[in-house]
Amino acid sequence: MRRIWDAPGGVHPPDNKAQSLTSSIGQLPLPEKLILPLTQHVGAAAKVCVSVGEKVLKGQKLASASASISAAIHAPSSGWITAIEERAVAHPSGMSAPCIEITCDGEDRWIECMGYPDYKQATPPQLRNLIADAGVAGLGGAGFPSAAKLERGTHMPVDTLIINATECEPYITADDILIRERADQIIQGIDIISHLLGTPKTILIGIENNKPEAIAALNHHCQGSGIEVVSFPTKYPSGGEKQLIYILTGKEIPSGHLPADLGIVCLNSSTVFAIKRAVIDGEPLISRITTLAGEACDINRNYEILIGTPVSHLLAQNAFHPELCSRLIMGGPMMGFSLTSSDVPLVKSSTCILAPSHTEIPDDDPVQACIRCGLCAEACPASLLPQQLYWYARADDHERLQAHNLFDCIECGACSYVCPSNIPLVQHYRSSKADIVNARTAKATAAVARERFEFRQVRLEMADTVREAKREARRIVTEKAKITSPTTTQPSGSSAADIIKAAQLRGTARQASPEQQRAKLERTLMAAEMRLKEAQQRLLQATNNASVDQQAQQLASVEAAKRKVEQATQRLTEVSH
Amino acid sequence: MISLLTDNTMLAALIALVGLGTLFGGLLGYAAERFKVGSDPIVQQLDDLLPQTQCGQCGFPGCRPYAQSIADGDAINKCPPGGQSTINAIANLLDISAPSLDEEHGEEEMRTIAYIREDECIGCTKCIQACPVDAILGAAKLMHTVIAAECTGCDLCVEPCPVDCIDMLPIVKNIDQWQWPAPPNPLDLIATTASAMQEDAA
Repeated sequence: MRRIWDAPGGVHPPDNKAQSLTSSIGQLPLPEKLILPLTQHVGAAAKVCVSVGEKVLKGQKLASASASISAAIHAPSSGWITAIEERAVAHPSGMSAPCIEITCDGEDRWIECMGYPDYKQATPPQLRNLIADAGVAGLGGAGFPSAAKLERGTHMPVDTLIINATECEPYITADDILIRERADQIIQGIDIISHLLGTPKTILIGIENNKPEAIAALNHHCQGSGIEVVSFPTKYPSGGEKQLIYILTGKEIPSGHLPADLGIVCLNSSTVFAIKRAVIDGEPLISRITTLAGEACDINRNYEILIGTPVSHLLAQNAFHPELCSRLIMGGPMMGFSLTSSDVPLVKSSTCILAPSHTEIPDDDPVQACIRCGLCAEACPASLLPQQLYWYARADDHERLQAHNLFDCIECGACSYVCPSNIPLVQHYRSSKADIVNARTAKATAAVARERFEFRQVRLEMADTVREAKREARRIVTEKAKITSPTTTQPSGSSAADIIKAAQLRGTARQASPEQQRAKLERTLMAAEMRLKEAQQRLLQATNNASVDQQAQQLASVEAAKRKVEQATQRLTEVSH
Repeated sequence: MISLLTDNTMLAALIALVGLGTLFGGLLGYAAERFKVGSDPIVQQLDDLLPQTQCGQCGFPGCRPYAQSIADGDAINKCPPGGQSTINAIANLLDISAPSLDEEHGEEEMRTIAYIREDECIGCTKCIQACPVDAILGAAKLMHTVIAAECTGCDLCVEPCPVDCIDMLPIVKNIDQWQWPAPPNPLDLIATTASAMQEDAA
């Protein structure tokens, strides 16, 4: 018998699991329309690879993984793509997100599936690709893409594979019923993952002792396979990844680390079932088991629902009484969130739809002051100090919140559950976590802005210096020119008389010696006479054989040349006198 | 030498004290040079807290000059883009009480980014010259556009635009940016109003 560790904290809410376990897994009639959000998983939204109006077959890929942490989406039934647009999705905000809408044709015709029953021949990367192509994401509620999780297992040798069949939240029985009915397929899935991870030494299935039938089914199929079924006392939230690992191995995952860092990979039992289907049958993840529970529905049961089925379709099939229902919850009563509308679709991570009556889950009582009773600290499975965190969250003291390890909070709701003052502790933590993350991004963007601002300052300064240098260079050049021609130097003094005197001086200086002037004027006279002769010749030609206009032109040029000659002669006589 | 010292204790004490003083003085002098802090570290810390919008609403040409001015004793409530949270953070750093925002410099508003109506842009490059973080792209007589991711929402490009084609638009929140709202402060609720509020909600 394996040693079981006792995880700290925890609470014992009434489990309410019997209601939905009275009948086997049911099938719903095909809904008219299926709505597939592009983000049903943790990570980047899938990239659409079909267009509106296209006919698709069941199992056909509609959107592919767009990043290393992302998951593909497939058509859950055959039909036409009637819209790719924003639709209300299952989200606590009630906001809408991009979705693909399929109008079913009712034929439910499969695309050709290529399975690998002899998966032992395949290499781990091939198997990982198969799982990634099938769009498998964690079905336990978190929706982390499984291929990415198994990829992380490759960085370090994995010595322990843990299958999480704990299902610790009240009301939810999806894993329980799946194990009861299809334990053999789950074991096949475990074999595939074990092969993919290089046969880990220890393979454990962790399950709470409130599921005797499921434990019996697992024990029956695990005989001689080396897989160990470990049952442990029921306590919420034993199903948290870190809590389960501690219960089964006694190892604590350090803050900010992943199980893979300790050589542990932990997968939900439903995810293992989906992996078996993806690899052996070649069927992508298009359906899951979802529990419908709560007193506002006459029938409480588990259904194998197609991903994308509207919640209203599920409710309509089970005699739902809206007037009795206090609120619709997706997920369990501890960690789930209220839906703002029943038109939203079920997604890969929808474990349960809870429609409780007003007596079952009454409205929240008014919040009262914290009386510092300390019950929350006793209940916290992560060994945090919820009360301190509450005060710091109220004071927006981000530094102290982080110092008290706010980010190790798994938001299980155990503290809120035990709080006698009805303080919505988890909501405070969620809000503070978002605030801190926002502050971090704001800081990062501010750093970028500062960098760009400073770069711009430097650039402008450089441009200024360059301009200044050019100006300086020009100044030096003019200065030099002034020095080489000293005649142009400015005389000292600045009065009007001085300036006029300087100008007169410059004027006389410019006049060269009489000999030079005379030589220059003689040259001018000679040139003018030459030009006069040429003009007279052209005039002669023009009078013989050109139009009246041209004659007039030539006459004018002869006149101009004559004037020039006269001027030159006059100047020359002036100078010689 | 030893005997001289033992005989004249006064002299020995004097020499010892002067010697020690010189030694430690030298050490301190060396340390002051060796571990000299180049810029004022408080200015850097203040600059880190400011939002780096570079809008100049505080009256200084950028966030760092304002940080310098705060370090020199200026008021800490002149930064509208940072708002009350920045004032609180600075007050926390300087260990002084946090005043409310000085409305002379503007009001705390929702963060916006600039958007150029590209059809109307005449390509004058005036906004490009005004942008403190080089977030506007374009060339003379060609259409300009804002790199949304780099825009700090400082408003400085709006005024120089001769054709008024720049709008400051609030950032649209989508489902990825949604965050859980903080629960109402229980001190704001007394039992009677709380039940009244629940009735309203229902």
